[in-house]
Amino acid sequence: MDDNAASVRLAGCAKTFPDGTQALKPLDLDIAAGETIVFLGPSGCGKTTLLRIIAGLTAPDLGGRVYFGDDEVTARPIERRNVGMVFQSYALFPNMSVLDNVAYGLRVRGVAGAERRAQAQRLLEMMQLGAFGERRIDQLSGGQRQRVALARALAVKPRVLLLDEPLTALDAKLRESLRVEIDRLLRSLGITSVYVTHDQGEAMALGDRIAVMSHGRVEQIGTPQDIYYRPASAFVADFIGTMNRVTGTRENAVLRLPGGALTLPSHAPASEHALFRPEDVRIVEPARGALRGTVVSAFFLGNLTRVVVDLGGAQSVIVDTLLRRSFAKGEAVGLDVDASSILVPGALRNAAGERAD
Amino acid sequence: MTSPSIRLGVLALPALVVFVAFWLLPMARLVAVGAGGPRGVAAYAAIVTDANYLSSLVSTVVLSIVVTFATLVVSGIAGMFLQRNRFPGRGLLVSLLTFPLAFPGVVVGFMVIMLAGRQGLIGSVTDALFGSKLVFAYSIAGLFLGYLYFSIPRVILTVMAAVEKLDGALEEAARSLGANGWQVLRDVIIPGLRPALISAGAICFATSMGAFGTAFTLATNINVLPITIYTEFTNYANFSIAAALSIVLGIITWAALAFARTLAGSTVAAAA
Repeated sequence: MDDNAASVRLAGCAKTFPDGTQALKPLDLDIAAGETIVFLGPSGCGKTTLLRIIAGLTAPDLGGRVYFGDDEVTARPIERRNVGMVFQSYALFPNMSVLDNVAYGLRVRGVAGAERRAQAQRLLEMMQLGAFGERRIDQLSGGQRQRVALARALAVKPRVLLLDEPLTALDAKLRESLRVEIDRLLRSLGITSVYVTHDQGEAMALGDRIAVMSHGRVEQIGTPQDIYYRPASAFVADFIGTMNRVTGTRENAVLRLPGGALTLPSHAPASEHALFRPEDVRIVEPARGALRGTVVSAFFLGNLTRVVVDLGGAQSVIVDTLLRRSFAKGEAVGLDVDASSILVPGALRNAAGERAD
Repeated sequence: MTSPSIRLGVLALPALVVFVAFWLLPMARLVAVGAGGPRGVAAYAAIVTDANYLSSLVSTVVLSIVVTFATLVVSGIAGMFLQRNRFPGRGLLVSLLTFPLAFPGVVVGFMVIMLAGRQGLIGSVTDALFGSKLVFAYSIAGLFLGYLYFSIPRVILTVMAAVEKLDGALEEAARSLGANGWQVLRDVIIPGLRPALISAGAICFATSMGAFGTAFTLATNINVLPITIYTEFTNYANFSIAAALSIVLGIITWAALAFARTLAGSTVAAAA
């Protein structure tokens, strides 16, 4: 682990803007040294505000405290927090060469010219940009620019690396490859990283932990598996991946639906809803399935086929199947779902935390 | 055959006529008059050989350069502040600052006299305090003040527009790397404003070189080039010298503008 890497602790951090909107509700958060945490949520959920509070670009409301390790840094502006920051827009200095960009943090720290150029060159080589030092920024592609921005942020050996939607401006293919590169980099450097994104694929792939945010609050914080398999709230269940939600009448551990009946996990709370993932549904013979329905549409996606099945009563279920066959509209199918993969929403906090679902 | 270029040529004809009649012909005539006096082509050399003309040229250029830099500093700071801060009365302040745009040089000169003239505000205050009147309206300081006064509004608006277009993330990136306020100013803000400062400075320089009304109203003891041209022309009927000086004034100003354009152009290309 990087010796510089600091743990981050937020205590009672909230943010209210001058116009009275509360961008962030009071929050306590611990980020371990060397950990990569991802703030995930739709735009306006407060994830960027949270990042800026950690960075020192935004002050939390009175009473909020930010600690790096044992140092309280609440009153310190960003320039004295020793963080590295990577922006969606790259934010490279257009009036400097690639090498001067990377060396900038060392320059303002008073590192001598030859030494800082050597260090910057090493970082560029680590990013496979060793030959690009003398280029101007506008001679680089988007992916190269973001790698230069990463090198620039890492050059100052930051205590915390902050990444604000760094891949959003790139096209899909480049995003994928740079994501892999960032992942490798963060693991090998063991640096404490805070990564903000609205892309759940990025969050799943990069995060040691993910904090799912909505309306200025953290809905759930946990490993990608926790978030996906054990969503703590209705918002998380709906926001992460695709989730089927069916409604019926409850008879003990069975939920009666228009197309049949689902067996729920034992001790499921009293609720007339059941949630399950498309990939947890098996397509079987119509006569043998727990549920019966007709195919509404089917999309062949290559690695799987996504089938929408109408259960009747205006309810439908999305099924992801690996079966190598095609599905005709109107075809009758049977569906099976293991009780263990069904979530019953009474077990979840609902989105607002207080309103009943 | 009516090709598009012919049609374009027909459409451009009025502009061409105006250009020839009101620019090319007078300029050619001016050049010819400059060379057609008793001194001949040497009239053009007189501007460097004749001590009076040379001092007039040098003081005009120096004054314009000093005014340009002072304007850039004052307007740069003020424009940055006005664009970055929101406070009650900001809109009113901006419109007041840009108010002098409409004033002719004569009015500006008049205002300088009211401020620093023999009966001016500064004079009466210093008279009351120290028993002696401070009067500088008719010196180079008064001229400097007047030029500054009419240059600032033009530059402030340009700076404000350029500040608005600065990328805030660049400043945040520099700060995250440890840069303090001065370093951010030196490495991010000024390079970002450079093209705007160069072009605004060029316009400011050109306007100062050619300004006449203010200098005329102040009737200073310094002969700026436009005043020299005026006196040669009206008082001494020395048409050839007046024409030659006009051409030289035009060339210097034009060269400064062209130089600024290439400077700003290369910066823009580098920043793209």
